Order: sequence, then structure tokens, then C-alpha cells
Amino acid sequence: MYDFELVKPKSVDEAVSALAAEDAQPLGGGQTLIPTMKQRLAAPAVLVSTHDIDGMKGVSTDGGVMTVGGATTHGTVAKEAASAFPGLAGLAAKIGDPAVRNRGTIGGSLANNDPAACYPAALLAAGGTVVTNAREIAADDFFEGMFTTALEEGELITVVKFNIPEKSNYQKFEQPASRFPLVGVFVAKHSDEVRVGVTGASEDGVFRWTEAEQALSSNFSAEAISGLTVSADGMIGDLHGTPDYRAHLVKVMTGRAVSAAE
Amino acid sequence: MPKDHGIGASSKRREDVRFLTGKGRYTDDINIRGQAYVHFLRSDVAHGKINGLDTSAAESAPGVLRVFTGADFEGVGGLPCGWQVTDREGNPMQEPAHPVLAQGKVRHVGDPIAAVVAETYEQARDAAEQITVDIEELPAVMDMKAALKPDAPKVHEDLTSNLCYDWGFVEENREATNAAFEKAHHVTTLELVNQRLVANPMEPRVAIGDYAAHSDESTLYTTSQNPHVIRLLMGAFVLGIPEHKLRVVAPDVGGGFGSKIFHYAEEAFCTFAAKALKRPVKWVSSRSEAFLSDAQGRDHVTRIELALDAEGHFQALRTETYANMGAYLSTFSTSVPTWLHGTLMAGNYRTPLIYVNVKAVFTNTVPVDAYRGAGRPEATFQLERVIDKAAREMGIDPVELRRRNFVTEFPYATPVAVEYDTGDYNATLDRALEMADWDGFEARAAESAKKGLWRGRGINSYIEACGIAPSQLVGQLGARAGLYESATVRVNATGGLVVMTGSHSHGQGHETAFPQVIADMIGIDESQVEIVHGDTANTPMGMGTYGSRSIAVGGSAMVRAAEKVIAKAKKIAAHLMEAAPEDVELKDGQFSVAGTDKSIAWGDVTLAAYVPHNYPLDEIEPGLEETAFYDPSNFTYPAGAYVCEVEVDPETGKVRVDRFAAADDFGNVVNPMIVEGQVHGGLAQGIGQALLEGCTYDETGQLLSASYMDYAMPRADDLPSFQVDHSCQTPCTHNPLGVKGCGEAGAIGSPPALVNAVVDALQRGGKDVTHIDMPLSPARVWAAMQ
Ligand SMILES: Cc1cc2nc3c(=O)[nH]c(=O)nc-3n(C[C@H](O)[C@H](O)[C@H](O)COP(=O)(O)OP(=O)(O)OC[C@H]3O[C@@H](n4cnc5c(N)ncnc54)[C@H](O)[C@@H]3O)c2cc1C
Repeated sequence: MYDFELVKPKSVDEAVSALAAEDAQPLGGGQTLIPTMKQRLAAPAVLVSTHDIDGMKGVSTDGGVMTVGGATTHGTVAKEAASAFPGLAGLAAKIGDPAVRNRGTIGGSLANNDPAACYPAALLAAGGTVVTNAREIAADDFFEGMFTTALEEGELITVVKFNIPEKSNYQKFEQPASRFPLVGVFVAKHSDEVRVGVTGASEDGVFRWTEAEQALSSNFSAEAISGLTVSADGMIGDLHGTPDYRAHLVKVMTGRAVSAAE
Repeated sequence: MPKDHGIGASSKRREDVRFLTGKGRYTDDINIRGQAYVHFLRSDVAHGKINGLDTSAAESAPGVLRVFTGADFEGVGGLPCGWQVTDREGNPMQEPAHPVLAQGKVRHVGDPIAAVVAETYEQARDAAEQITVDIEELPAVMDMKAALKPDAPKVHEDLTSNLCYDWGFVEENREATNAAFEKAHHVTTLELVNQRLVANPMEPRVAIGDYAAHSDESTLYTTSQNPHVIRLLMGAFVLGIPEHKLRVVAPDVGGGFGSKIFHYAEEAFCTFAAKALKRPVKWVSSRSEAFLSDAQGRDHVTRIELALDAEGHFQALRTETYANMGAYLSTFSTSVPTWLHGTLMAGNYRTPLIYVNVKAVFTNTVPVDAYRGAGRPEATFQLERVIDKAAREMGIDPVELRRRNFVTEFPYATPVAVEYDTGDYNATLDRALEMADWDGFEARAAESAKKGLWRGRGINSYIEACGIAPSQLVGQLGARAGLYESATVRVNATGGLVVMTGSHSHGQGHETAFPQVIADMIGIDESQVEIVHGDTANTPMGMGTYGSRSIAVGGSAMVRAAEKVIAKAKKIAAHLMEAAPEDVELKDGQFSVAGTDKSIAWGDVTLAAYVPHNYPLDEIEPGLEETAFYDPSNFTYPAGAYVCEVEVDPETGKVRVDRFAAADDFGNVVNPMIVEGQVHGGLAQGIGQALLEGCTYDETGQLLSASYMDYAMPRADDLPSFQVDHSCQTPCTHNPLGVKGCGEAGAIGSPPALVNAVVDALQRGGKDVTHIDMPLSPARVWAAMQ
């Protein structure tokens, strides 16, 4: 790790001005950023921690929308989203281990947009909005491929809004070593549509499986997708699975998420 | 009634108090005043010629004391290999130089090129980034078979090829074995890979070199399983320091699994640099560095053939194995695929003819050496897989086929040069089947089917050779070391004892188990006995701990030393009681004279030994301290049977281990709880190998599984609650305790049981799958089903 300065602002405004410094970067739970810095693969000069910004924390529900502060930990989401949005709470409860869940934040996860991160699948499937210090970005416009998002330099995710589905479920098929999803599928049944967010599988990062969405919108059952196939083109191939295997798992996990949706 | 103390009691591990409360003293807990820190600049290419190395910027970077390169080690010896293997033609193996820092060439990713010593660790690392290395990349030698082609690039230019040796065992049996195959009723053939593993002890390696100018003495603190061996190898072969000027200390060590047996470049470097700089020099491996510099395990590619008669009796066995040595020969690397593997190919069976061929190959990868089981897991895996396949092909029940071929009379001389002293393979198999409820399988399979899962079951019957070894025998086989063990038993004046042992405890629980033996022999409380180990300054020359040898060899040395102590104490007691020494008995800490009411306490005798006022000084010396060296007359042969039951998800290929029963015959057992713990750990590692672990390089020699993000370690929830039993006991016939050793059994016996079970599940599910290479990841199992 190289030397860096740590700033701990108490408000979003303070954070935004601290982020204006050269080579400044937000720090959420540090679960991704700190190991990267230890390996000397990242070398920010200033880290602006979101940890003490109370306005960026907590889960609340208003009508059909769940609002989660950008600095809310996975552990908090697992508890506080449980009754209103069990699909999201279930997803959060399976991220990493207790230490990761007690530090890692939803803002950090979405900003990082790891191709195998769990939250992006939920955000795409729920349909929602990423709120930053500067603007609101619709879920469908937020993710721009592996590790890339619509965020500008110095832009901070302050709040994440989810449209609470009638039913939802997240199925995570774990990569045996990291236990990140090898393939993760979030299925959300809304009153007017079904949305399916898939993570872990594609070289372009999280995506919506639109054929399945159409099939499920008219018949929300695992059988509805039995005739569909997922193409292996553009799927990730690595130590833990070939593109064919991942394509196959997308369908299996989608079916299981539909059956388990509540 | 289970015993509550002494041999056979589950005494609680006394060392755990300090381990679990954070009071252990590991090498990294040692900090010497004035110590400097070293960071190694390691190669990021697998194979290349060093055309230029510019360290000038690094040398003037803040805090830097000195930058060392290969040139500094030109007059210094290389890291030695401790076992010379002779090939099929009687020629010695090809043995390349293994420099402490690379000289002219790098041969694997992680090969150290330069070492920066600075005031702080960060300064050393910062400065290392300023070193420029001009490396001309050469094609990486990765595939073992391709490496042996005549036009293959060479890992070592000065050798004739990438072949270390081509070994045949027993060469004289080759023709007869081939002839038996010609005549066989049935031949089963299997090609398989025993994949490369990373040992991953919880504590990464650490080394601290220290030099005392006033006495010209060097001290190395290191994470080692055998400090005396390191002292001998490093002193005699690398740095040229006489043993009386070199002390090696291995304090608390957080696991080794074999990877801390070997002498490593970093140890030699820190000792060398401390003397050069007159400053203590410390190195702490990061986990990432451990993946690139700790010797790795296994990595065999094998073709095995089994010849059977019409009734399924084994007629002959033939194997051809390619064994990966990596880029250099690690300390005991050459013995693993040969003497620790070929000698076990008989398994528990009466196979009259066996021929084992092993080609050891250099590649541009991290060196490979012994890892928990070392050669024996590789032997067991092939054998138990091919037997299962043969059973299926011939339509014979796999349990029955094994029973039909079991060795049942002892001693039994195998055609691969070893003699089993005792065993009862039917007994352990019966016990394992009973524990796993083998007969209730069909009902459980039906339950699984209701959930859409395929259930399968597999067995394995294994034997291993432990307690290495008769020194004269291994000397004939090429070992460059003796393999005895030593102990000094020092009795203090007030009756307590200290045992200084050459064995080293790095998780095994010696500090608890060894006192149980002494306490029993004398009849005193275990708390009166203390174990000292791990420091060449205060223990007799010992060979250390590996190959499940501690209780069998180190324990025997301790018994022999204690016997000498007791014999002398009896003479003192006889004098004090005015009786003949041969009439004196020792029981429950009291000496008594047979047939009289005379008695005297242990403590009174020990006090007399050191306060010899009333003492037979004309016959014996004062004091009560004896040393013994024990050199075993044979290996010990633990054996057992394992049963594994799995559920396979046919949609995803995911395997869940539902039950695992292990019945082991370890001979006599000193501490059943510790033995159970050793089996649990071994099973976790074996199931880890079968299901999860695998070290993977790409074709350019980059390690793909270089962290826990990609190298899958077993976690508690990957494992079932084990059923473990060691009630079948056929005591070893040739050591004083009748013990055999238990440290590796679990890792040896579990992989074939698990793979057999998964293949069985797929077969029951209607898939014609006869083998899947480990690890049986969901992706591989699914691919095998397609
Ligand atoms: C052992 C382990 C297992 C894990 N398993 C999983 C898993 O199964 N599934 C999963 O999804 N994840 C997993 N993770 C990742 C975990 O969820 C991290 O918490 C997450 O990826 C990053 O969140 P963080 O708050 O720690 O962000 P940090 O590491 O602090 O930051 C990550 C990136 O986001 C930026 N950032 C942080 N906060 C904000 C913000 N509010 N606005 C804008 N940018 C911001 C940072 O600058 C940085 O670039 C695992 C991590 C570990 C260590």
C-alpha cells in the first residue's frame, strides 16, 4: 500500500468538496478498494470515507419504493429490507461473510460494478434509480460493462431506489473459491412486467435476459422458460466455468428464482 | 471406561490455551532490536534470460541498506536436493543448480531476482519497484509430455533435457509384468491426473537471520518442521557455516502440511544478509508470495492398468506416471513420486506383479515437493480408482472385489519392496460400511431422487507407510539423510521432567501427547512433563516432523530415553532401599521392592540424583538425564477404509458430500481426541483436493489460481459431520508403543472414495461417465454429463 490521506466527512457536501482533490476517491466499506490498494494496484492520494455520513445510511420504504442510503451496509439491508423486499434482503444476506457484510456498502458495490457483484442484478430487475450528489440515473442506464458505470469522476452514490416487486427472488450459484456468483439471477415480478437481471455470466457485465422476461410476463412459472436457450456467445469463460456452462446456469437459476419467488 | 490420563486418554491439548488466546509465539512475533526488512523482487515471467539488471536507483532510495542480486551469491552454494534417485539404467538423476537468487535466468513466476534490504518493509518494497530488469522472455515449458520432446525448450541449458529421471520399479519385474498382461482375462485402464495443490498453511513462511559478531554465530528463526535439517542443509551445502556456529529456531509454527519441511532460498538469504550487513534481517511472506514460492504438491499424470483373472483376482499392475518437479528440485521432491509412491502401489492387495514407471520432468512452474501424504495419496488414488473401474467393467461388487484381493496374512512382503507387519483390512472395511449404513443406501437414494438429486456411494481401502524410516534402507535408496529421531529426557531434582525432542510440533499436539506416554511410564501426573522442541540449541539432532512419524519414531526415541532414565533411577532407589536393582519396581510414581513393604517416592529418588549424599557414586554418576536415538527397523503401515456418499445435482453438476465414514487402524492410540482431530483435518484436505482445490497455470506459465479468489479452499460448510473410528487396532510390531501414525491418513484415503461416489452417482443417473479429473467442480461434473 502507498501512503494516502483519509478524509472522514460528515455530510454529502463535505464529501463532494473533498472529492474534488486530485486523485481523490470515495471509500465505502473498503472491501474491494483496500485489498486492491494493498496489492498496489490502486494508489489514490485521498480517500473520502462515506462511513460517517448519516444522511447516506439506512433503509426506508415509501409506497412502492425502497430507498437505501449509498453507505448502507449489506448487513443492514439484510435485516431492514426483509419484510418489505425479501428478495433484496436475501441477496444481501448471502454476500461474502459477516465481516464483509458489516463493512461493505451498496454504493461501493454498485459503483465498482464487478461483473460478478450481486446488487447490480437486483437493481436491473427491480428497476430503480441511482441517486448521486449531482443527478438521478435510471438503472437501465447505469451499468456500462465490466467495472464501468455512468458515474463521473468524483460523483457519489448517495441513495439507491428500488421499485419493490410483487414477488422476487435471487438465486446465486457460487464460484467455489470466491463464493461470488458464478451466475446470479434476480427475478422480479412487477404488476405490469417481469424483469430478470443476470450477473456473473457475461463479458459485458450485468444484463437483462429479455426473452425470459417476455415469457415470464405472460406465464410466471419455471415452465415458461423451459423452451428458451441462452447463447454462450459473450459469456465469461474461466477456471471455474466455460461459456457453455454459464449460459446453461443462467436458465437453471432463472427457473429456480421463479419457483422460489415470494 | 475411557482413561482420564496417560496413554489412551483424551487429554486436552495444553498448547491450545496459548494458541486460542493469542499467546502463541510464531516467527513473526519475534522482533530483534535493529532488524531490517527484505523484499524480494520476483520474476513475473515464467521463463526468461536476464539481459540486464539495474539496481542503482533502488540502492539510493530512502532507507535502503543494500540490494542483493544473484552476483552476490556466486561463491555460495545452491539449495541442495536431499534425495538422489537412480534411473532405469542405473544413472543418477539430472540435478540442476538452484541458486538463492536467480543467476542469468528466471525459471518460474515468483523466482527471486533481487532482494532489497531496508530499514522498513515499505521502503524495501518501494525501492524494489525502482529496479529495472531486462528480461528476454523464452517459451515456457508447461506440459510435461511436450517438455520431453527432443526439440522442447530447456528449463536448464546445462542439462541434456527436461527429464530429471526415468525410474522403473521394480525394473526386474518389468518383463514378467508385461507377460502377465498378455495372458490376463481382463485389463482395466485408466488415465488420470492428480492435480497440483498449494499447501496453504494458515501461517505464511517467515525467516529472520541474526548474526552475533562477538561469537561469530548465526541464528535463523524460521517457520520450519525440522530445524536440525535446515541447519545441516544450509550450513553445510549453502552458506558453509559449521553447525556449532549456526542455530536454527522454529518456534510455534502455524501448520506446514509438508511445505515447511524444505530448505528455502529466503532462509539462506536472511542468514547470509544478516552476516553481510551485521543487522538482523526479516522476511515475512505475503499470501500472494506463498502462492508463488512455497513448494506445491502432487501434480502427477498417470496411466494405470490392472490385469485380472476371470474371478477378479489381481494378476498384475502397471503404471506410467509423469511427475512434475517444477523449475528446480526442492529438498525432497525426487523421493515423492518414487520411493514414497512406487512402494505403496500394492495397496491392501495381493497383486503378485507390479511395475511402476515414473518420469520426473522439469517445467517452468513453482517447485513441487511433499504435501500431506506425499506420494501415498497419488498411489492410493490411482489404485482405488482403477479397482472401482474394474469392478464396474466386470460386474463385480466393488466391496467384494476388494475383499477378494485383500492381504490377510502378515507379515506380507509386497512385490514393491516393503513388508507390512500387521493389519486387518476386512475389519476396517466392515466398520466403515457399518458406520456409513451402507445397506441403507437405496432408501436414501430414493429420498434424494424425490428432490431431483442423484445419490452415489464410493469406498476406498488404503494403506500408507509412515514412520520414515530405517536409515540404512533409505540410504540405499538415495536419501542423503538419516531418518532416526532423538530425545533427551531430563529429570529435574524435584521430579518433574523435560523432554527435548527432535520432533517438531506445528499443530500435531506433541506437547500434550508426548507427556501422556512419560506420565504412564513413571506413574506421575502429565503436568509434571514438559516438551521442548524446535530449537537446535537445546534439542538433540533430530530429523523433524513429517510423514506421520512423530509418535512412531520421535515417541519411540523418547520411550528409549525414558527407559534409560528409569533404569538408572531404579539403581538409585535400590541403593536407598538397600535392595538389588533387579528387585525394584516402579509403579504410580513409587519405587518398591518386590515381596517387601519397602517403598520410596519418585521425587525422593530424583532428589538423591542431584543431591547425592547417600548415593552409589562408585557405580553411577549423579544426575538423571538420558538421550536416545531411535532408528526404526521398518516403516509402520496404517490402513483403513473410507466410505463416502454424495448427492449430485444433475442440473448444475454440484456435488454435496452427505456422509463420510472413516475407519482407520493406527495401531495403539495415545490420545484418541488428537487422533480424531488429525483425521478430521486430513479428511478436510482430501475432500478439498477431490472437490475444490487446484493450482492452474496458463500456457505462458502465469499462475491463474494465485489467490483465494480463484484457489478454492475447503470451508466447514463444504464438509459433512465426519464419522471417525479407530477401534480396529493391530499394533505395530516393531516399535515400543505399537503405534503407526495418523497425520496423513485422511488426506490419503478420502479423494478416491469421493470420486468413486460421484462416478457412481452419475452412473446411477444414467450417464456413462467412468472418470472425472479432480477437483470435481460443478463445471467439470456438468461437462462430464454432457
Ligand atoms: C471475501 C469477500 C467476499 C465477497 N463476496 C461478494 C459477493 O458474494 N457478492 C458481491 O456482490 N460482493 C461480494 N464482495 C464484495 C463486497 O460486496 C464489497 O463490499 C463491494 O464490492 C464493495 O463495497 P465497499 O463498500 O466495500 O466498497 P469499497 O471497496 O470501499 O469501494 C469500491 C469502489 O466503489 C467506490 N465507491 C465506494 N462507495 C461509493 C459511493 N457511495 N459512491 C461512488 N463510489 C463509491 C470506491 O471508490 C471504489 O472504487 C465480497 C468481498 C469480499 C472481500
